[in-house]
Amino acid sequence: MFETYVIPGLIILLQTLALLIALLVFTAFILYADRKVWAAVQSRRGPNVVGPWGLLQSFADLLKFVLKEPVVPDSANKGIFLLAPFVSATLALAAWAVIPLSEGWAIASVNVGILYVFAISSLEVYGVIMAGWASNSKYPFLGALRSAAQMVSYEVSIGFVIVTVLLCVGSLNLSDIVLAQRDGIGTYFGLPNTFLDWHWLGLLPMFVIFFISALAETNRPPFDLVEAESELVAGHMIEYSSTPYMMFMLGEYIAILLMCALTTVLFLGGWLPPFDFAPFTWLPGVFWFVLKLSLVFFMFAMVKAFVPRYRYDQLMRLGWKVFLPISLFMVVATAAFLKLTGWA
Amino acid sequence: MITGLGAAFFYLFAFIAIASAFMVIAARNPVHSVLYLILTFFNAAALFLLTGAEFLSMILLVVYVGAVAVLFLFVVMMLDVDFASMKRGALEYAPIGAIVGVILAAELVLVLAGSAFDLGQPATTALPTPDPAVRHNTAALGDILYTDYIFFFQIAGLVLLVAMIGAIVLTLRPSRPHVKRQSIVAQVGRKPSEAIEVVDVETGKGL
Repeated sequence: MFETYVIPGLIILLQTLALLIALLVFTAFILYADRKVWAAVQSRRGPNVVGPWGLLQSFADLLKFVLKEPVVPDSANKGIFLLAPFVSATLALAAWAVIPLSEGWAIASVNVGILYVFAISSLEVYGVIMAGWASNSKYPFLGALRSAAQMVSYEVSIGFVIVTVLLCVGSLNLSDIVLAQRDGIGTYFGLPNTFLDWHWLGLLPMFVIFFISALAETNRPPFDLVEAESELVAGHMIEYSSTPYMMFMLGEYIAILLMCALTTVLFLGGWLPPFDFAPFTWLPGVFWFVLKLSLVFFMFAMVKAFVPRYRYDQLMRLGWKVFLPISLFMVVATAAFLKLTGWA
Repeated sequence: MITGLGAAFFYLFAFIAIASAFMVIAARNPVHSVLYLILTFFNAAALFLLTGAEFLSMILLVVYVGAVAVLFLFVVMMLDVDFASMKRGALEYAPIGAIVGVILAAELVLVLAGSAFDLGQPATTALPTPDPAVRHNTAALGDILYTDYIFFFQIAGLVLLVAMIGAIVLTLRPSRPHVKRQSIVAQVGRKPSEAIEVVDVETGKGL
């Protein structure tokens, strides 16, 4: 009884807790990094008061959010209104269960790992819709309408990008996807295992499409029309304050980190070192994983600082008329290439 | 057979699935009903996962919860439904609903019990089931759909394509005059020399 129920449950619980705490602390610093990068591009200083170089700014913000009074509008649908931020944050965190941080370092190494991440990220739209509807107000609902259309549209091209990667790998397990990137274009030309073997080179167009779709899927600028402050104030989050608002922000940033992690796993070789020889292999795999993830996030932050916001019809056009045909064609082309050359 | 911790989770998910399925018809607000329906889907996916049908589980989430239910939720949210008038007629139709329910339940029992339709050898046991440890069920399903029954699969796809084109044709209206539309080609083709004009304005005159 004890060994069949309690022990396995406890082990899973402890692993989950460890990942959760590491992830939340990392998110706090990622938030800080995001603001610093944005500030640097605009020649500002960014947060620099709390702690050395402002490093503890996110923790100060956390305290502020928690200590403030949560305001629930009178006409709001209370249950769903308060449930929405938790749905948003929980779903974003749940997807991390299958991400392999290093060899064998995934809480659940399931056979359909990539499908699981895809499924969970397609559920994230519910947090937004529920918040928009439950607020019982015009702007949040408009924001929710936009986000549903946007997130559902870009999921389609993300799905096709994932399919091309799967064609090259032949497995849906995220660890297998990383391990399959040990050999590739570089080793085909007789080079040792390097970063040239990773999928980003062989599937370069898909890498670009995935990156842009990830921006749209997570409602990052230039695709942040869900909460375009110049027209919708803050979209679905207008009526939220204090802790529920913080849960939305947390969910949003964890989802962004998840997309960065997914980019790392699918295209940048996960935990594999950039050169598979002496000084690089001394460092543990998790170091390389976090480094790559941070680099991808740096790109996310730079895009936010550089690129002006899209118009809504342009966003839809890009998703349906540009990315969808290209990715659909690439699926067929990749499958034909693999079949004809006998590569996989 | 599910044992150990899996069994505990089976009862948890099964209980939530049944309870939320009941709430779908019991909830007063239709939006709440749809949200309960989504919860039911979610738990059904978890049950699939427990029995080892991992691919079906994820596809249930992606297709039904991630796409179909979102559209469903939006239709329900945007319709201005009068709850009172809906509830009023509900009791009249209760006997018909009960009859449909009883028939469905009876059919389920007949099929699952298996004895009523014993045609020599039941079709389900005749097919060899690959061992999950050797062959992932994603690959096994792929073999059946894309190798063994590829033509039936393609015909099914064709039927859906025809249905989709039919739906588009039904809603397509001839473009009306006097409607301003975005022309992306014209927008992208603009040059600074055509779009911007530098004018020397005299003080106090204006343009």
